[in-house]
Amino acid sequence: MQSLAEASPLGTYLEHLKKGELAYQVTGDGKPVFFPRAVAPVTGGKLDWRVSKGLGTVYSTTVVYYKGEAPLNVSLIDMDEGFRLMSRVEDIDAMNVKIGMRVKFRVHPGDEKQPPYPVFTPEAAK
Amino acid sequence: MRLKRGSVAVVGAAESDLGLVAPHTSPLDLMAQGTIRALEDAGLKLSDVDGLFAAATQVRMGPMALAEYLRIKPRFFDGTIIGGSSFMTHVAHAQAAIEHGLCEVAVIAYGSTQRSVSRAAASPREYNYYESPYRPILPISAYAMAAARHMHQFGTTREQLAEVAVAARKWALMNPKAWEKEPLTIEQVLNARMVSYPFTVRDCCLVVDGGGAIVLTSAARAKSLKKKPAYVLGVGEALSHATISNMPDLTVTAAAESGPKAFAMAKLEPADVDMLSLYDAFTITPILFLEDLGFCPKGEAGRFVSDGAIAPGGKLPVNTSGGGLSYCHPGMYGLLVMIEAIRQVRGECGERQVPDCKVALAHGNGGVLSSQCTVIFGSEDAL
Repeated sequence: MQSLAEASPLGTYLEHLKKGELAYQVTGDGKPVFFPRAVAPVTGGKLDWRVSKGLGTVYSTTVVYYKGEAPLNVSLIDMDEGFRLMSRVEDIDAMNVKIGMRVKFRVHPGDEKQPPYPVFTPEAAK
Repeated sequence: MRLKRGSVAVVGAAESDLGLVAPHTSPLDLMAQGTIRALEDAGLKLSDVDGLFAAATQVRMGPMALAEYLRIKPRFFDGTIIGGSSFMTHVAHAQAAIEHGLCEVAVIAYGSTQRSVSRAAASPREYNYYESPYRPILPISAYAMAAARHMHQFGTTREQLAEVAVAARKWALMNPKAWEKEPLTIEQVLNARMVSYPFTVRDCCLVVDGGGAIVLTSAARAKSLKKKPAYVLGVGEALSHATISNMPDLTVTAAAESGPKAFAMAKLEPADVDMLSLYDAFTITPILFLEDLGFCPKGEAGRFVSDGAIAPGGKLPVNTSGGGLSYCHPGMYGLLVMIEAIRQVRGECGERQVPDCKVALAHGNGGVLSSQCTVIFGSEDAL
């Protein structure tokens, strides 16, 4: 097991993101795991890191309305490798994000308070 | 070792003051007020209490804080907090404790001042790197995505969601304690302010102050007390995830596990249930629970609730108090979900009483469809 004094699961994930990579983990028998963990769920065994191809499908979606702001998309994305994450589909009107839509990963740089995080754009877009 | 059908009963039940309480009222004031009212309802005294269960978002160590407030020293205590279903879990744990002689008279209490202090202050969200950057309005957006998925897979419509809110409002108009006092139409639900699509503010539960308590004891002792006992016939508890990103299928909740457990213990099936008290944090939740608890096939509950089927005069009475949508929702509403089922089994519901109600099912939900706990109550006739 990796020492948590040396590296954390989220820390490793963020190192990948800073290189433009969406990382996830797999168990010994190849099952994808997300969010990143220190030990494998169910078995407690070892996890290995992989980099996603960055393509996925919108599993579900909502549009959030904050006062005085443009409507904001929030979606759950099923990645082709078989893991799911929460994200946002950008470059498209929030209400036009549909379940089943194919989407492609890119990195949002974050800001001084927020480390970088993955967002998505419609795959069909330029 | 299994819990025994009917070994314990609820002998006292009461709400605290509800709605909007006076400035500086604390959640513990409401818990304590509910506790004393529930004990009076049972004909018991504070000195009889030897088991204490409490949960509240504003009181991190519930049993400790309430024991200090009431100056009691319970032999057994439990502060499990898994959101709105915490109190159904407390019933199961209290039953186990009473069966094993670890306590004899158990109080389960709750209090919240979220209307007074704001929801953000009463239930601050934990930061989660994998969700917080996307700014979902939690828990609303999580339930909204469950609704969107249900609509996509099964053709459920916003009008069918609105039926749930309209039915709740009709029942609430028969409950003097309900927060909402005016009629509501499907059009009003659909045209209300959009919060997180497909939910308008009328698809969402109330944000009010409130709390209460129930008192449980052994079936043997229950017989000698003031009120008709509401026996605990079955309980079932299940956890499936904590964050919505990790819910395996947004259209199937762990009520599909907790319900069958409760029915098996009660030796009953859905057809035996006279009324349902289902945690309606949002209009999608009774739809999911009607399916997962076996009252209609998966995917059919949108059609099932149409045409006033769960409203007064409909085929199945659901949330006769008016529910979290129209009666009261202080944040973790599960205790009040049970209080209505208990009152129906006792025959205390006046104008909204379900005739000859022998079996009432109370279903609690917590987190983002995360914890699901079912309790089936029965009158003496159901034993």
